[in-house]
Amino acid sequence: MTPTTNTGTETGSAKPPGTGAGEGRDEVVLDSTPGASATTPPTPPAAPPGLRPVELSRWAWRQLTSMRTALVLLFLLALAAVPGSVVPQRDVDALAVGQWQDRHPALTPLYEALGLFSVYESVWFSAIYLLLMVSVVGCFVPRLRIYWRGMRARPPRAPRNLSRLPHSRSFEVDGPAPEALERSVQVLRSKRYRVDSADRLGDGGDVAGERGYLREAGNLLFHAALLLVLAGFAVGNLYGYKGGVIVVSGQGFSNSLSQYDDFAPGSMFDVEDLAPFNLDIDDFDVQFLREGPQAGMPVDFSADVRYRERPGAPERRHDLAVNHPLSLDGGNVFLVGHGYAPRVTVRDGEGHLAYRGPVIFLPQDSTFASFGVIKVPDAMPEPLGFEGLFLPTYGFSMETGPVSRFPDALDPVLSMLAYRGDLGLDTGAAQSVYELDKAKMEKFRAGDGGDFRVDIALGQTKQLPDGAGSITFDGLDRWVKLQVSDTPAKWLALGGVVLALVGLLGSLFIRPRRAWVRVTRRDGRTLVEVAGLDRTPGGDLAEEVDDIAGELGARRPEADERKMHP
Amino acid sequence: MTAQDFAALSNTAIAFAGVVYVLAFLSHLVEMTFGRRVPTAADRRVHAGEGTAHEQSERPGSVATLPPTTTGAEVAAVRTETFARIGVALTVVAALLHALALVTRGLGAEPARVPWGNMYEFSVAGTFGVTALYLLLLRRYRLRWLGPVVTGFDVVVLMLAVLLLYEDAGPLVPALNSYWLVIHVVAAIIATGAFTVGGMASLLFLLKQRAVAREQQGRVRGTGYVARLPEPAVLDRVAYRMHAFGFPIWTFAALIAGPIWAEYAWGRYWGWDPKEVWAFITWVAYAAYLHARATAGWRGRSAAIIALVALATLLFNFIGINFFFGDSSQHSYAAELIVEHPPEDRAYSGFG
Repeated sequence: MTPTTNTGTETGSAKPPGTGAGEGRDEVVLDSTPGASATTPPTPPAAPPGLRPVELSRWAWRQLTSMRTALVLLFLLALAAVPGSVVPQRDVDALAVGQWQDRHPALTPLYEALGLFSVYESVWFSAIYLLLMVSVVGCFVPRLRIYWRGMRARPPRAPRNLSRLPHSRSFEVDGPAPEALERSVQVLRSKRYRVDSADRLGDGGDVAGERGYLREAGNLLFHAALLLVLAGFAVGNLYGYKGGVIVVSGQGFSNSLSQYDDFAPGSMFDVEDLAPFNLDIDDFDVQFLREGPQAGMPVDFSADVRYRERPGAPERRHDLAVNHPLSLDGGNVFLVGHGYAPRVTVRDGEGHLAYRGPVIFLPQDSTFASFGVIKVPDAMPEPLGFEGLFLPTYGFSMETGPVSRFPDALDPVLSMLAYRGDLGLDTGAAQSVYELDKAKMEKFRAGDGGDFRVDIALGQTKQLPDGAGSITFDGLDRWVKLQVSDTPAKWLALGGVVLALVGLLGSLFIRPRRAWVRVTRRDGRTLVEVAGLDRTPGGDLAEEVDDIAGELGARRPEADERKMHP
Repeated sequence: MTAQDFAALSNTAIAFAGVVYVLAFLSHLVEMTFGRRVPTAADRRVHAGEGTAHEQSERPGSVATLPPTTTGAEVAAVRTETFARIGVALTVVAALLHALALVTRGLGAEPARVPWGNMYEFSVAGTFGVTALYLLLLRRYRLRWLGPVVTGFDVVVLMLAVLLLYEDAGPLVPALNSYWLVIHVVAAIIATGAFTVGGMASLLFLLKQRAVAREQQGRVRGTGYVARLPEPAVLDRVAYRMHAFGFPIWTFAALIAGPIWAEYAWGRYWGWDPKEVWAFITWVAYAAYLHARATAGWRGRSAAIIALVALATLLFNFIGINFFFGDSSQHSYAAELIVEHPPEDRAYSGFG
């Protein structure tokens, strides 16, 4: 179950009587291993032919709750998590999954069948962590019982021969034996041992002390808290939601399903429960580094937001920025991206206004060269379409063609190709607003037979060939990508991890330790023996034993006969 | 001094720190060379029967207290001790330069900031964590045997950082502009340092254990570095202590501070981002190590191997994720890998 189950095997061969807290799984492991039980007659041989169902299930339960199985399950869990970082995950990036599938048509059905596109919801991944949790519970419950018993038990009685323990001292003191015994009790108590001094033999007697009970408590807390974390995580995934939407600066958003570009609800989430807030993006401001080796890096951006928690609620303002989300009842709004939305006017061949407004272009790289399409289904005589790049700071070279040299809008240019024909919008099939279906469209040609290019700077107008219409680059807006999400029970998950950490610290750094003092009266002298036993390896037991001995009146060990077993 | 001056000073300091680490490493190499002529603890046990006094002098450092009859071995013993001390002293000097490089790196950005905003800086800060941990625990756990490994490690990593990962000092990308950068990353650096030192001890434990096994089979008795390492049990204990120290800090860094920041910045506390996946894998692997160490049949060799595997996942998370999964991880700060996926989802850019 935990790193704390060393039961004295490393501290020495001497094992004290009594089974207290902290001894559990090791023994269970040894007992339930088929090999081990084959050599120990008292336990029935593991899984022989003809096991009755009850025995078989008991055997299986012991296997499952053994430390070895827990270890193997831990390895499997680590291993099973790997594919999720290599293969794109639907929940993380649905688009990347689609692109991957387009590139690997042969592998897709196989991966799909194996659940590799949603590893963390797959049957096999769930099976591993659920088995692990069962294993934890199966180990936890018996140990809780053992711990309860250990808590109430008296510290184990002193072994017959104290000098055989890993560390022991013996020395003589002045004064009568009862006095030395009383002093031992006080010394052990002052070192926060739980003390039992019931064993008295004539003048002398034994004092037994034990401390470090909280180690096992921490251990148990750690594992119980893991269950809490899992519960919190599950609730958050089932009842939460996450959605993304692009909003052009100057426009608004209200929290309803139809407004989202993408929306991923938990399986138990009811869309009716979406919090009815709405907001307007008044302004968006971004600063890029103008100079230096990292020129072009954004240093600061924030959106000026007006919002209402519900219709009719008072209007408030918020400065929305990365690391500065807007927290509302039933959802938090995050700024996760930004880009350009050029405002264009398209007139058709008959001179009518066919389209006017901002068009969202999606940035392709850190220079903010952005890709976008303009669909003009109402143009007469034929619908028009445009596809191409928006370049915030125009540059050109023969090798690369038109490029953006800087992410800020210093010299904005639209560089597109123009098409006419059927946009394919009437087929009823869903179509992305960021893609142009060119199957039934024809590209405009220039006089020399090459592609007709629409390269227009801010304020410019370009006439299409054959009097098919014109396009004007009127102005430039920016857009922000908002993520709206709500994860219920996150406090449960957080509280669980914090408790787990507290438990972990206890289970790693509290040192369970036993100490005994024996006082005997021999030939008119008072002989005191002190011995200690660490129940975890690597402690400073010798110092502790010397300390106790010192407080009982022994000289420092250099002058004394100090016993050290290898 | 202007920010540029500080940035230049940082680069100079890191170069000098590297040179002094090399000198420290060489000094430890010389120590080993002379050490070959000094009887090992095992030799002394053979000569002196089983005297416990020799047991005490097994730790390096007390070798020089042998009786003052000048034989070749004793001269070598004194020299070994001298060069060991020089090695440690040089490591201290290098660590001070290293610290200076970190501080000035932070001052070299406008506005001044914490010096772990990209991979180069994280490498420099991480190696400093390893060195500082080694120096702090040097006396307490008598870690001098780690000297050559730590200094060698510093030299290699700093060299790679300067050659491959260097970026000029500059401001933080907005996504990193949060006080969680201090909490989350400092915890990650300390845990990485502890795991790295623990991993070194585990590796040496495996080497030493094999050497001891060979010795017991009556084959070659080594006189070199491995023969002079402490007993396997001591190495194992140091490894355990470092891992036990690092694990709760890693738990805090990866499973508490990280998710809180992620919830704050990205709107989800756990999103199975590749970096998060591997942080989780590392956590599970170290949990397995701690469990293995408490399980009969797994402690010792198997546990040490698990610790090394766990360290490999940690390093992969640091190096591999940024380079191999750069464009799909929100944690990618390696240069300009911020390429957008066109249409629809993920239509954002520039946020680390």
